[in-house]
Amino acid sequence: MAGITGKDIKLTHYAEELEKAGPEGRSLTQDAVRRLVRNKAALVSIILITLIVLIAFIGPYFVPWSFDKVDWSAIRKPPDFAKGHYFGTDVNGRDVLARMMQGTQMSLIVALVATSVSVTIGITYGSIAGYFGGRVDAVMMRFVDIMYAMPYILFVIILVVIFGRSPVLLFVGIGALEWLTMARIVRGQTLSLKEREFIEAARAGGAGSGTIIRRHIVPNLTGPVVVYATLTIPEIIITESFLSYLGLGVQEPQTSLGTLISQSAGAIESQPWLLLFPAAVLITLLLCFTYIGDGLRDAFDPKDR
Amino acid sequence: MLPVAFIAITACFFVIRLAPGGPFDGERTLPPAIKANMLAAYDMDQPLWIQYFLYVGKLLRGDLGPSMVNQTFNVNEMLAIGFPFTATLGLTAFVLATSIGLVAGAISAINQNRWPDYVLVLFVMVGVVVPNFLTAHLLQLLFGVYLRWLPAAGYVPGSVMHLVLPVTVLGLAHAARVSRLMRASMIEVLGSNYVRTARAKGLGERLVLVRHALRPALMPVVSYLGPGLSYLLTGSLVVEEVFGLPGIGKFFISAALNRDYGLVLGTVILYVLIILILNLIVDLIYAVLDPKVRYS
Repeated sequence: MAGITGKDIKLTHYAEELEKAGPEGRSLTQDAVRRLVRNKAALVSIILITLIVLIAFIGPYFVPWSFDKVDWSAIRKPPDFAKGHYFGTDVNGRDVLARMMQGTQMSLIVALVATSVSVTIGITYGSIAGYFGGRVDAVMMRFVDIMYAMPYILFVIILVVIFGRSPVLLFVGIGALEWLTMARIVRGQTLSLKEREFIEAARAGGAGSGTIIRRHIVPNLTGPVVVYATLTIPEIIITESFLSYLGLGVQEPQTSLGTLISQSAGAIESQPWLLLFPAAVLITLLLCFTYIGDGLRDAFDPKDR
Repeated sequence: MLPVAFIAITACFFVIRLAPGGPFDGERTLPPAIKANMLAAYDMDQPLWIQYFLYVGKLLRGDLGPSMVNQTFNVNEMLAIGFPFTATLGLTAFVLATSIGLVAGAISAINQNRWPDYVLVLFVMVGVVVPNFLTAHLLQLLFGVYLRWLPAAGYVPGSVMHLVLPVTVLGLAHAARVSRLMRASMIEVLGSNYVRTARAKGLGERLVLVRHALRPALMPVVSYLGPGLSYLLTGSLVVEEVFGLPGIGKFFISAALNRDYGLVLGTVILYVLIILILNLIVDLIYAVLDPKVRYS
């Protein structure tokens, strides 16, 4: 309903004009994305990782051999294009390229699952400790300190021995041990966030602690969490490949990059291609994730350059 | 510090017992009577909590108990064989890698955004990111197989050549992390006001670096050395396994696989103690270096 003076119509019109003509407002996320894209190393890394992911997940449909198929006529043979063994075959006559695609898939899936577990635990734990503060915080962070002091890899090995060879439990186990740093970061952020006016406003509006943490604190943690999660991925890939390397990880005929590398270990002299190809993929993945993580950090926190 | 060690030991004691299978479930199934006798010999027929108190009791007297798989040696003797080796390996790598990392980081910071910096930063990135078992194999392939400069694996007592590759692999990641920290903190210090003052009053570049920049730049690095050393020690698990060296890391892996409870616990206790003691030493060094830290 228009006012008597017609002021509302005019104002609405003016607002519409402003929307069209004025400079577009940019959100923090848009700013960050823009800065990330301008970072060459990060951009190249994103492209490379997209390529690797595509090849690992779609590639198997296009190669002539499947990862568990034995080619009896070509055992331990170097790359042979005529037969379709583009990266050669392994000790059991299986196609290395197909196995690498499967292995990369496995490593990436482990990394994703374990990272989500660690992020979930880290955020929950850190935000609760930071928000409630005082004695709760002291006890919870003391526990984190104790966990820090323990030799992490020993506990991973013990956990793997307990869970046996179930890959799902293995992922969850790795994730469940990798959350400590995340919890610390989240707690630090929460401590400063909870003093801000909007939290006070929420509390004045009658919101309970759970609601405040879920609706007001956690969404504001996105920046550091995304950055740290990206940096957790390579760590988990390393842990997984290390466990597979010791023979504790993924089981045959399934494979992962670490398993491939460890199987090549006995034969580096005569069949170096078994080591070099998976190693190249592993190193590329790790470098790319690290560069993206660093790039994200710079993008979210431009003053830290 | 002691409570932390105690909690670690307790956690480890119960966690390892949760694992399915026991030390006597080998490929040959033992007749029930013999197995019962074996369990009794190791106090394993008692309820778990009594076993725990028996173990802690022995532990307080410095006895780590018997190994459940190796009948000839008990855990104390096995650790006494393996530990000096791991310690030598780890400390050599630690000292070398820390020094190299510090120098590399400082050079990198002084030449910020010029070619020595770019080269070093790239090296450091690779060192931080590439897992040590992979570096181990690549170096074995390069120096052991193609160039034949160094033995690829194995250990001959007294032979230094056999230790070159293991120490390099073990120290590489550590050197890279130290260098990254040193570079960042040195750049920050070189941009600070007191360094500008020192330059303005006409001090030579070398004096500025040695007298004013070095000590504050070392602080973050020193606080990393504790965790760094514990990474390095657990890294020796891999290195000993890959190069076939007789240290406690190798014992630990085979013990965990064979459910040799005694040896697993013994190794973990040793690791935890070393790491805690080293952290304490690092804290003390930190207090000496930083006038702001006071322990009252």
